[in-house]
Amino acid sequence: MSCSRRDFFCQGACLAALALASGPHKAGAQTRRPGELIPPKEAQWWEQRPGKRIECTLCPKKCRVDDLERGYCGVRENRGGTYYTHVYGAACAAHVDPIEKKPFFHFLPGTKAFSIATAGCNMDCAFCQNWEISQVRPEQVDAYYMPPQEVAAIAKRSGSASVAYTYTEPVVFYEYMYDSAVAARESGVRSVMVSNGYIQEKPLRKLCGVLDAIKVDLKSFREKYYKEICAGELAPVLDALEIIRDEGVWLEIVYLMVPTLNDSAEEIEELCAWIVEKLGPDVPVHFTRFHPMYRLKHLPSTPVSLIERALKIARKHGLNYVYLGNVAGHESESTRCPSCGEIVVHRVGYTVIGKKITGSNTCSYCGNTIAGVWS
Amino acid sequence: MRRRKFIARGMLVLAAGATRASAASSPDKENGISRVLIARDPAYSKTGTVPDEKVAGEMIERLVREITGAGSVKQSWRKLLAGSRTVGLKPNCLAGRGVSSSPAFVNALCRQLLDSLPEVEKIYVWERSNSDLKKGGFEISTRGKIWCLGNDRAGYGRDLVVEGSIGSLVSSIVLDKCEALINLPVLKDHGIVGVSVGMKNYYGAVHNPNKYHLNRGDPYVADLNCIEKIRGRNVLTLCEAFTAQYEGGPPFKPQWSWPAGMILASTDPVALDRVGWKMIEQKRAEHGLPSLASVGREPTYILTAADSRHRLGCAELDEIQEKVLS
Repeated sequence: MSCSRRDFFCQGACLAALALASGPHKAGAQTRRPGELIPPKEAQWWEQRPGKRIECTLCPKKCRVDDLERGYCGVRENRGGTYYTHVYGAACAAHVDPIEKKPFFHFLPGTKAFSIATAGCNMDCAFCQNWEISQVRPEQVDAYYMPPQEVAAIAKRSGSASVAYTYTEPVVFYEYMYDSAVAARESGVRSVMVSNGYIQEKPLRKLCGVLDAIKVDLKSFREKYYKEICAGELAPVLDALEIIRDEGVWLEIVYLMVPTLNDSAEEIEELCAWIVEKLGPDVPVHFTRFHPMYRLKHLPSTPVSLIERALKIARKHGLNYVYLGNVAGHESESTRCPSCGEIVVHRVGYTVIGKKITGSNTCSYCGNTIAGVWS
Repeated sequence: MRRRKFIARGMLVLAAGATRASAASSPDKENGISRVLIARDPAYSKTGTVPDEKVAGEMIERLVREITGAGSVKQSWRKLLAGSRTVGLKPNCLAGRGVSSSPAFVNALCRQLLDSLPEVEKIYVWERSNSDLKKGGFEISTRGKIWCLGNDRAGYGRDLVVEGSIGSLVSSIVLDKCEALINLPVLKDHGIVGVSVGMKNYYGAVHNPNKYHLNRGDPYVADLNCIEKIRGRNVLTLCEAFTAQYEGGPPFKPQWSWPAGMILASTDPVALDRVGWKMIEQKRAEHGLPSLASVGREPTYILTAADSRHRLGCAELDEIQEKVLS
């Protein structure tokens, strides 16, 4: 029986969550059917404007929203001059994944991440692999009510080392993510965010206080691409990357290479030079293979040779940890010591099959410090 | 028996052998002329009040007869709908009562269609959601010949429809259920895209309209109206402008509304929007408000809809024949 991605998320999510929600927590996993909305919660990060309008201050879109309307993300709504979120506690996807899947290669490798998402996104990338939940309104997907305490409890029971806010765009479920991260921390579980980085400075800095790692999808190094392919902007994302570095939160970057659109050597050169200069050579960068998806089904998959060229450019610029994503079994999935070149974390796909990093985060072969959060 | 229930029961017998409609041609397009016709109700004087259903029906009748040049209202609808057995009507109910489509207007239209065309099997009065329809005063119904329901009940197609900047799931009512569409917008300004008239009304046909307000809806509105199932099936736009609004939209703002008391009609969706835009600008100027362009809300999507890539109609006021029916 074929299973669409939408079916997978709905069925898998419900099964996973219900399986984990045993005992007194079972009541938390109450399903909301499409068409229903969980009662909205007043949002953070907005300001009143005349005439019952509001201006959202969460992301750089700065949506000005009239009464009865929603912001671009589709999950926040102006009701009578107050801005509400419709996704607080409304998880439409929940799954236990290996942390490498996010991907995080330098953050607690080999551990599990309890991964959740709500509907919505503040961009509309033409290649989105999760568009069936990111480009919809909350009432258009199955979801179940999973408040922050429940998120933390399920993560703990599942043996996950972290909660990952992922799949869609966690910035749009900011309040839910923030409170879940606080609850998780109280339970000894860390929190990681997988994001497009399209967020204003103040909410980002506050969020950095409760997150342990952030992976940003840097779509391109061109404003034109951000505008035309992603309905976003580059400059605020670059600002966000610097803020994350400044706040000391562990950072990794994914660059999805889309053939003919953002794969030129020139762009990769500029990108790598900027990362080294502004973020430092120890930020892991994952150059990831695109596969035809969503509104870009007419394009081919990225030739592996193009990504390998990007890896070479990145190493030439001095980036110490560069990876090739979405090509299972490629040698560049493993982490090598930038000093002696030995493999210190051996991966095949999402599975860690060997680790040669000491307790003090150094290479077992040469003693060089390997950047990351290893325990 | 209430009139609404009478219509909802749908007592007409279906005709056999009805043929599937293609987009109806109109004398306007055949002669290369874009016409926007306006019928007025001089008795309508208070903003936000429900129009008289009988009067609305008479206005609709005059409009369609003038549009088609046919001798009777039956011949007019026959010409416009070209044998369609299922017809979709898209009102605009977002703002709730006040500056939304009125049940009186829609009922008048449904009655006229059923009286004129015995072969019509079903009329779908559809909107984005059941709650929007209820806000507008409509009763949700899936019985009889007239169904009234939202896309949240009817569902969307499973496959993504891609057209230019648009990538959306489209209402199953539009995709699968209707052989012809009649657009029933209202006339109001819009806080982001400038004006919300006919073409913007079809935002209700897709699952993700919130993604299409960037750059004042340009080119999204135009691209969306180029989706073949919309472009090819939309035979007429009837803009209910008993109460119209020139500022503060999309919600109802009575202080910025006026009792225009009119219905606009055209088979050219761009021309109708262009005339609606002009009317809103005129009202704004009368009340000392700056133009939409001055406040960064010029609805350039209307001009885009007329460009060589979209060719949805005419946006040049000099080339649009505007006629007020006596």
